Amino acid sequence: MEVQLIKIEKRNDVSRSIFLLTPILAIFLTLFGGGIIFYALGFNPLEALKFFFITPISDLYGLSELLLKATPLCLIAIGLSFCFKSNNWNIGAEGQLIFGGIVGGGVALLFYNHDGFYVLPIIILSGAVGGMVFAMIPAILKTFFNTNEILVSLMLVYVAKLLLDYLVVGPWSNPEGFNFPETRQFSASARMPILFDGLRIHAGIFITLVTVFLSWLILYKTYLGFQIKVSGLSLKTANYAGYKGKIMIIIVFMISGACAGIAGVGEITGPIGQLHRNISPDYGFTAIIVAFLGRLNPVGIIFASLIVALTYLGAETAQIFLQIPKYTGQVFQGMILFFLLASDYLLFFKIKFLGLKKNDI
Amino acid sequence: MTFDLNFFGMLIGAIMASSVPLILAASGELITERSGVLNLGVEGMMIVGAISGFALMVLTDNLFLAVIGSMLSGLIISSIFGFLTQTLFTNHVASGLALTIFGIGISAMIGKNFVGIPGKDFPLLLVNLRESIPFVGPILFGHSIILYVAFALPFATNYFLKRTKLGLIVRAVGDSPVSASNQGINVTLVRYSCILYGGAMCGLAGAYLSLIYTPQWIENMTAGRGWIALALVVFATWSPLKVLVGAIIFGGVTIMQLHLQAIGLTIPVQLLSALPYIMTIIVLVVISRDSRKIKLNTPTSLGQIFYKEK
Repeated sequence: MEVQLIKIEKRNDVSRSIFLLTPILAIFLTLFGGGIIFYALGFNPLEALKFFFITPISDLYGLSELLLKATPLCLIAIGLSFCFKSNNWNIGAEGQLIFGGIVGGGVALLFYNHDGFYVLPIIILSGAVGGMVFAMIPAILKTFFNTNEILVSLMLVYVAKLLLDYLVVGPWSNPEGFNFPETRQFSASARMPILFDGLRIHAGIFITLVTVFLSWLILYKTYLGFQIKVSGLSLKTANYAGYKGKIMIIIVFMISGACAGIAGVGEITGPIGQLHRNISPDYGFTAIIVAFLGRLNPVGIIFASLIVALTYLGAETAQIFLQIPKYTGQVFQGMILFFLLASDYLLFFKIKFLGLKKNDI
Repeated sequence: MTFDLNFFGMLIGAIMASSVPLILAASGELITERSGVLNLGVEGMMIVGAISGFALMVLTDNLFLAVIGSMLSGLIISSIFGFLTQTLFTNHVASGLALTIFGIGISAMIGKNFVGIPGKDFPLLLVNLRESIPFVGPILFGHSIILYVAFALPFATNYFLKRTKLGLIVRAVGDSPVSASNQGINVTLVRYSCILYGGAMCGLAGAYLSLIYTPQWIENMTAGRGWIALALVVFATWSPLKVLVGAIIFGGVTIMQLHLQAIGLTIPVQLLSALPYIMTIIVLVVISRDSRKIKLNTPTSLGQIFYKEK
């Protein structure tokens, strides 16, 4: 007779406590996994993890850098949460960020040597529109031609990168720049105000926080948010209820694109101050992890963005102190997502330990 | 400019060489997708294959071991994706993305001590014929064995999918996992196998880059080729022979950029580089709006989770 020790059952409803605990479980498993990898590479795992996760934020400058990196991640992830909640797989936020940066940067160059309080808002707005328009391409193709939005949004990332490359090498390159692939430095009126002297954290963080609040309002307190969530759970139900599913797709992509575009503008008018080839260390892709880790919840995404931002900082510190490549941050980012997805199993399935009964033996 | 036949032969040979990693990775991914699994981890599996192949070559000084090892490592890393999506029923898009991000990171970590080490000459076949026959020589001869394998692979894949029972099973699982399962086919097993095969092929594609194409290890050296391979599968509307055509076009664009720059043509190279991506989007639109065309080869259950109540 076959003895079954463990029984796996599908849960009827998702457990709320497990829903909130699994991200924390995933983070602990990631730290553990990271320790093993460091050990395998011949480092003292505890010391390496300390360099990675504690040293970078042990001073004021580090904390400011953490917020600086969390700002775009959080903003993009908030936008993506609209898409993901409604089952629209926009994975091209990186392209939308870059295109927003291009449009915003173009406007900044246009207003070169202009002084005035109106310059920066115009740049931010045009960046948002840029990201929005770029995100509408996969949305419109999906609604009218039934095209797969994953692949289209992904392809457009490369188109945006190449367009940026063309502009900074060619027509927009700094006339006094000795042919370096970069534009002029933006004038002071086009730069995000710095919050504290000597630190790089800028006013963009307020845009992110306001967006988080607005998203919470839209998603949880408005009819639109309700429609978005219903379309995500079941498109059939949404259509039956008379929601305009197609317009919904375009709206969520527009929101998501605008957020990514603003994030792009935040980078070029904040810490960078000009356009060049690498305006984003893959923030658009990493934000997908942030959105998942934050459980597509505005508050969750704030915490998730801080944690993922720490992997960026940790990689930089570890590169200096341990001479390991900066790509190490991606090992942790990948692992967090692996473990989070894996622990989602606990959400949908119950594992019962049955134990041995006398009559089994 | 004088018309030099031999130069054009060399050019075609170079285009063929640059399309090899695309053919290998896309053919592998095609089988995975035909079984209904969308693995966005191609880039990650390729880069892991690239470092494993190179590291093994340096450590063992044995190219055969290096090639086999790169395929094995691609397979192993794809098994993470397989376990997540097939055993734990996770979302394909997120899992694949995690695999790519993880792969780029872990390869850089492993490769830390292999930066700057020169590669080894990979044996090329019939080099003397390459020199002695004009035009045809540089096209047909003087390539590595992997290039010939790559160019045969789409035909083999086509035969496998259309003419063998196993190929039929793969297609059945991709088109309707529920009916396949009702026929007694172990859907999970088939999908696992296809994922692992795809991983091995991506590993080989990576090894081609680090052992033959640019024989050295550079961080992130796949440089987006995995994403192109993914685009290529869609571009080819999941048909193996069109993968070959697409890979030559995509590979050709890479080579043409270099030569157009040399000639001094005024077309921006970035526009040329962007063309394959734009073309893929156009192809996607064309095949997607016509429901008959997309039904022809597109695995109906692509990216959907299959859960069988036990």
